[in-house]
Order: sequence, then C-alpha cells, then structure tokens
Amino acid sequence: MATPNSTSQAALKEWLKTRQADWQQLDARLKKPPNPNHALSEARALLIAYKAVISDLSLSKRIQGNTPITLYLQTLYLKAYEELHQPARQLKAEFFALYRVQVPVLIQHMRHSLLSALAIFLLGILAGWLLISVHPELIGLVLSEPMINQVQNGELWTDSLLNIMPSSVLSLGIAANNITVTLTAFVLGALYGLGTLYILGMNGFMLGAAFAFTAQHGLAGRLCAFIIGHGPVELSVILIAGAMGLQLGESLIRPGPRNRLQAFRQTSFDTGKILCAATPFLLLAGLIEGYISPNPVYPLAAKLTIGILTGLVFWWMLGARKRMFTDAASIASRGTHMRPLLKKRS
Amino acid sequence: MAKNSSDNDYLAVQTLEGLDYQLEIAGLGARSHAFIIDWHIRLLLALLWLIVGTGLLGLFAIENLREWWRQISHTLPLIIVFLPTAAIYFLYHPVLEIIMAGRTPGKRMAGVRLVTLQGHTPRAGEILLRNVFRLIDSLPSCYVVGIVTVALTHHHVRIGDLAAGLVLVYETNVSANTLNQVTQLAIHSELTPEQQGLLLDLLNRWPELNKNVRIDLAQKFLAHIGRPVTNLDKVENLDRALHIKLQRFFNRVNAYGNT
Repeated sequence: MATPNSTSQAALKEWLKTRQADWQQLDARLKKPPNPNHALSEARALLIAYKAVISDLSLSKRIQGNTPITLYLQTLYLKAYEELHQPARQLKAEFFALYRVQVPVLIQHMRHSLLSALAIFLLGILAGWLLISVHPELIGLVLSEPMINQVQNGELWTDSLLNIMPSSVLSLGIAANNITVTLTAFVLGALYGLGTLYILGMNGFMLGAAFAFTAQHGLAGRLCAFIIGHGPVELSVILIAGAMGLQLGESLIRPGPRNRLQAFRQTSFDTGKILCAATPFLLLAGLIEGYISPNPVYPLAAKLTIGILTGLVFWWMLGARKRMFTDAASIASRGTHMRPLLKKRS
Repeated sequence: MAKNSSDNDYLAVQTLEGLDYQLEIAGLGARSHAFIIDWHIRLLLALLWLIVGTGLLGLFAIENLREWWRQISHTLPLIIVFLPTAAIYFLYHPVLEIIMAGRTPGKRMAGVRLVTLQGHTPRAGEILLRNVFRLIDSLPSCYVVGIVTVALTHHHVRIGDLAAGLVLVYETNVSANTLNQVTQLAIHSELTPEQQGLLLDLLNRWPELNKNVRIDLAQKFLAHIGRPVTNLDKVENLDRALHIKLQRFFNRVNAYGNT
C-alpha cells in the first residue's frame, strides 16, 4: 500500500514530467524576438504561460524550498513578467510629455526653491562685488595671475580666447565644464543641501568679484558684452540645478509624511527629469560661448538679441507656459511629491 | 508589486499575485570585484582608442591629405582622439548598464546585476540617475563616500542606488541544462530536493573545491543516501574514486531518464 509520502513523491514526479516541457518552451519563446504579425496570439500564449509559471513557482517553493527548480522558475517568472509588463516604446510621445507637461509642472512646484537659489546666487554676487571693491588685492582668490595681468593691461582674458583655441574646441570644453557644474550643483544637494549652497554661492561670488575687478579697470561693460549672449541660458540652468539640489536637501531635512529615503528617492526622480530636460540647453550655451561671445564680428546688439531670445525660449520650454499646462498640472501633480522649499509646514 | 521587505542579505519581494521571492544582495566584495574589472576594461578600451586615434591622425599627414589637414588640424585631434576616449571612459557604465539590462562586463563576471526594489530590470532613467550620483559617491577620491555608504546601508547600496531605488543582487541563473539534470534526478531517483541540489553542486564545483573538503563532502553525501564507500584503506586514490562514484550515480539516473 502506498504511504502518503510516497504518494506525494509520485505526484511531484508526475508534476515535473508534465510541466518541464512547458517551462522550456516558455524559456525559448522569451529568448526569441516577438513576431509583429502574431503579436496578439503570442501575447495571449505568454499570458497563459505566465499564469502557469506563477502557480508552478508557488507550488515548487512550498514543496521543495529553494532548490534549483525553484530558482529556475523564479528567473522564468521575472523574465515573463518583464516581457508582459514592458511599456510600449513611444520615445517621441515621452519627449513631448517631458517638455509639455512634466517639466513645467515640476518647475512650478519648485518655484520657491528657484527663488531661494536665485537669492543665494545674488547674495554671492553681492558679496564678491563688495569684497573686491573694498579689497582689490584679494582678486587672486578668484582670478589667476595671467588673467589679473591682462585686466591690469586693459585687456579681458576673453579677448584672446579664439587665438588660443578654435571655437569648436572652446564650445566643447565650455559645455563639458557647464554640465559638470550643473550635475555637481544637483547631486551635492544630497549633503542636506550644503553642497549646493556652496556651489551656488561660490559661482555668484566669482561672478561678482570678476565684475568688481573689471569695473575698477573700466572693462565691466566688455565683460557684460561677452556674457550677455550665453549667460541667460547658462545661468538659468545653473540656477535650476541649484534649485534641484536644494529640493534634494529639503527632502532630507523635512521629508514630510514619507520617510527620508522615500522623500529623497521621489525628489531625485522628479528633479532628474528637469535635469534631463535642461542639460541639452547647456550645449546650446556652449556653442554660443564658443562661436559668438568671444567673436568681435558680432556686435553687442546681436549678442544681446541672441541672449534674450535663447533665455526666453529656455524658460518658455521649461516652465513659463502656465496656460498650456494648467489642466495637465492638476493631473500630473498627483504623481509628484515635491514640496516647496519655503512652504510653511501645516 | 505590492510590498517589499528585506533583511541585510536578501531583497525579499512580494508580488501582486501573492508570490514571495528573495534575491541575494551583493555586498562590498562583489561590488568592488565588478568595479575593478569594469575599471580595467574601460581604461584599456580608452587607451586602445587613444592609440588607434593617434594612428588615424598620422594618416592625415599623408601628402594628398595635407592641405585638408592644415585646415582642420586644430579640431581633428579633439574629434578623433580625445572625444571618443573621454566618451568611452565616462559613458561606459551608463551606456552598458542600459544596453545589458543592469549589467556590465565586470558585473557579469562577478555574477551580479542591478535590479529595482521589485527585482526587475531598471529603466534607462533610473540607470542615468544612479550614474549621475557617481559624482558624490566618488568623493573625496577612490569612491570613499560610496564605500562607506555601502558598508552602512541596509541593502549595501551607494547614494546613487538609494536615489534611483536600485539594488545590486547576485544573478540566479539556472540554465535549461541544469533544469534538465535536476528534473531527471527528481523523477528517477529517490533523493530529496536538498540532496539533488547538493549532488549537482558538488559535481559542478568539484574542480574548484579544496581536495580535503570535497572528499569529506562526498563521503558524507554518499553515506547519507545509503551508498557509503567501504574499505577506505584499500582505495588508492580516494578523491578520484569518490568523484567517479558520484558521477556514475548521476549518469545512471540521467541515462535512465533519457531512455
């Protein structure tokens, strides 16, 4: 007479005999690229096989524990899950959704952080200006010795940029540097916002100090003419990166109803989208700074026009289209958890 | 996926279908192992391109190309040599992690891969976010911040992983061949599931195991399944004899299953 143990062993063997071929069939199907002509029938078959694997995995875990069969089924389950749940590739739609809906909504949500970043940057400029106006000998903290000598001789260090290297090299170098500064300003927010405060303050300080020093030698107007072409976009991206860094710090300092890790993760995702949308503009700023800003062929009016236009396009693309996204904002904001930096705690 | 819970060594996931499974989390050792391999690969690739690119530049010095070369000589070294070299070095991790579904050659060699907290392949956005945070993980140098974070965090993750919600886990790849072997053992032998796993493990890892350890394990296993080696003092090469005995037992079961 068969014992319960031998009966269950026999049942297990029978189960393995029946199911093994199906598992291998599913495994082989998952390795093949899907056939677009039979997409529906393939999806149906995959769904049936997926449900069967869930049942088999559950059974295998209960009866056998973590054996190689269970591990095989676990891997098969994960592969089938990903095949079934992978989102449709709609790169164009996603691109437009990023610029039309997501980023404007997120920028709107972090407007207080943007104002804070702007305030810190302006404070930095003011501090740099005041310090160098009172103690010009400290300009060595900001500018290198050759740059100081050039200014003292009535020349700007930007005057000879195109003699040192061609515009293409200059553009690439500038874009790479700006991207590094932007990413650094963002990620250093993970140090409870302190790193971002430093980057913003320091950049403002250097700008203010450089202007104060050039003003003492009557060159501030020329420096302004150099910056005006690319500055609006470049400084805007740095300010946005700073605001994102402050948001990161804020999520760690005041996570709200979530725990710190959840708040940090959600803020990283949200701000990451803005970073993704804003970074390409740095390439544009790099091109302007390499080809137009140092080139004396372009008059001040042309540089000013380019600067204003690119700045307007940048802010229009990233957040100033209030009317266009008002409806979308109410929907999309349900998915975002960013909290304004200066918002009072309720 | 509804709920995640884990201890220090495993990422435990409960699916919406009510299924529980665990993925073993890779610690500092496996992570460093993978990184060192990757670092060498990308450094070698970058250096290789530096040499190839410099060689290509030399081609432009040929007489008939000389005039054209003069016109673009300032930008060509940048475009041909330095830009691709920098791209190889800095984009190695994000690009390969996206293409290889959370893996890099180093991670594959170390037997680890990146997964989300739900155990799935990460998306491009998550991988990019993880790699942006390398800037802070690599501070002040040699990934000190990253190493400290890995040592201190629950899932042994660095700040980039925390931000992107990713975990580095060991691969649990069981091949179709292994499945076939273990199924044959389960169907045609009286071994318990644990014994089946042990036998396969022992045979597959025989060359890697220390001689004394494998002799001890094999003797214990054979005794446990009621096939002990008798007259040990008369056996000339015990290590080889045990291996043959285990292999014969396994082959007999497989042959029975295949006929």
